[in-house]
Amino acid sequence: MSDDKTDTLKKLPLDSWHRSLGGRMVPFAGYEMPVQYEGVMAEHLWTRDNAGLFDVSHMGQVQLEGEGAADALEAIVPGNISALGVGKIRYTLLLAQDGGILDDLMVTNTGRNLYLVVNGATKHDDIAYFKAQLPSAITLNHLEDQALLALQGPKAGEALAKLKISPMQPDWPVPTDLYFMEAGPFMWGDIPLGISRSGYTGEDGFEISVPAEHSEKLAAALCALEEVKPIGLGARDSLRLEAGLPLYGHDMDADVLPVEANLNFALSKARREEGNFAGAERVLAQYPDKSDKKRVGLFVNGRQPIREGANVVDSDGNSIGAVTSGGFSPTLQKPIAMAYVPTALAETGTEITVEQRGKPISCTVADMPFVPHNYHRKPKL
Amino acid sequence: MSRYFTDEHEWVDVEGETATVGITDYAQEQLGDIVFVETPETGAELAQGDDAAVVESVKAASDVYAAVSGTVVEVNDALEDEPALVNSSAEEDGWFFRVTLSDKSELDDLMDEKAYKAFVDGL
Repeated sequence: MSDDKTDTLKKLPLDSWHRSLGGRMVPFAGYEMPVQYEGVMAEHLWTRDNAGLFDVSHMGQVQLEGEGAADALEAIVPGNISALGVGKIRYTLLLAQDGGILDDLMVTNTGRNLYLVVNGATKHDDIAYFKAQLPSAITLNHLEDQALLALQGPKAGEALAKLKISPMQPDWPVPTDLYFMEAGPFMWGDIPLGISRSGYTGEDGFEISVPAEHSEKLAAALCALEEVKPIGLGARDSLRLEAGLPLYGHDMDADVLPVEANLNFALSKARREEGNFAGAERVLAQYPDKSDKKRVGLFVNGRQPIREGANVVDSDGNSIGAVTSGGFSPTLQKPIAMAYVPTALAETGTEITVEQRGKPISCTVADMPFVPHNYHRKPKL
Repeated sequence: MSRYFTDEHEWVDVEGETATVGITDYAQEQLGDIVFVETPETGAELAQGDDAAVVESVKAASDVYAAVSGTVVEVNDALEDEPALVNSSAEEDGWFFRVTLSDKSELDDLMDEKAYKAFVDGL
């Protein structure tokens, strides 16, 4: 099909809406996507203080249905999916047979099926891998006619409440009753919505799956609220970097193992004990801290940002690691980065040197997140 | 004083043998919020087309090429503390560096304001 040609950029369901708002469209993950509207800095800071609406319809929405779907998925992810309660979400990793990270994803147990959100750039490969690895009794449904909008920021809850979204059943909770990493089915008038309290900015917020044909109505209704502005990919990237959240294809890929990527939390205890996921032997041999290299956060000493691809060097100038994401933090007003460094240098406070365009730049290993998370977590009893 | 433009969106003000170089308002608009400018060292010998400076926005780094050949005689120190000057005043206070021109004939290949405007309108 011509749609699958890599030289043809696809259009988002909201393409004309983005353009009408002055969105500057750039190629990303095979789509034309808005990188910014009024400017990355302003959009970033707006999201940290108010609420931003992000179109993430390029991401893959996939349902896995059938008896034993959770157990089957566990063969290729290290998260405890079979223990996931109805309406709960888990962040997990799609692992190759050698344990390399093929993608990171969110898995929701809807009660009827598993609903997965995977990265846009990897979705077709992921789906091929699911089809190859999962038993034929498990049905895979790629929800290509669903758009996905993320409403993120401290005012996301009060904004969403204004839309009068109802639960599917009168006695079920409304969207703002959800806690972080919970999800449910809802109705907005006669439009069905799947809403989760999750996101990738470090802020409280929601991801809303909506039929593509109704996505413009929903986006317009949200952006008509005083709390909400449309936010582009540029700010999405700087927000997730401040939140310490890795970006697939940059901060991790198929050559990286979970412990190296500093994603130990994604290796559920029960699954480590079972040791029955793809690449488990190789992955668990590094657990918890036996990898040679590790993803860390960096503060840059000075004002000049360091960028993806810059080398981490030793005192003789030999490359010992690499920067995988780097930019200027609008919240902190200074440059921050993520890099892979030898584990011996991964301790917070360690001074390291990055070489960029032939110049040494001094950096300090920093705790992540760089900016504290502001999730709406369920209170601990 | 004459102002010239390049198709890399730089402007060049020429006064006698000295040229002041910066990026155009169109360029700063495209780059977005500028958070750092790496200027050349005073005394550096630049050949036309060399990497002369780097402009860093929140998201990306962009090279600024030497619009003309010459020796750098002054850089805009104000950009160190206030890189956003390039956004607020790209074609005046946000200048990058000054050179003593080594080959004034290079100016013949640059655009005047009218030609640059037509170039930008065509993008």
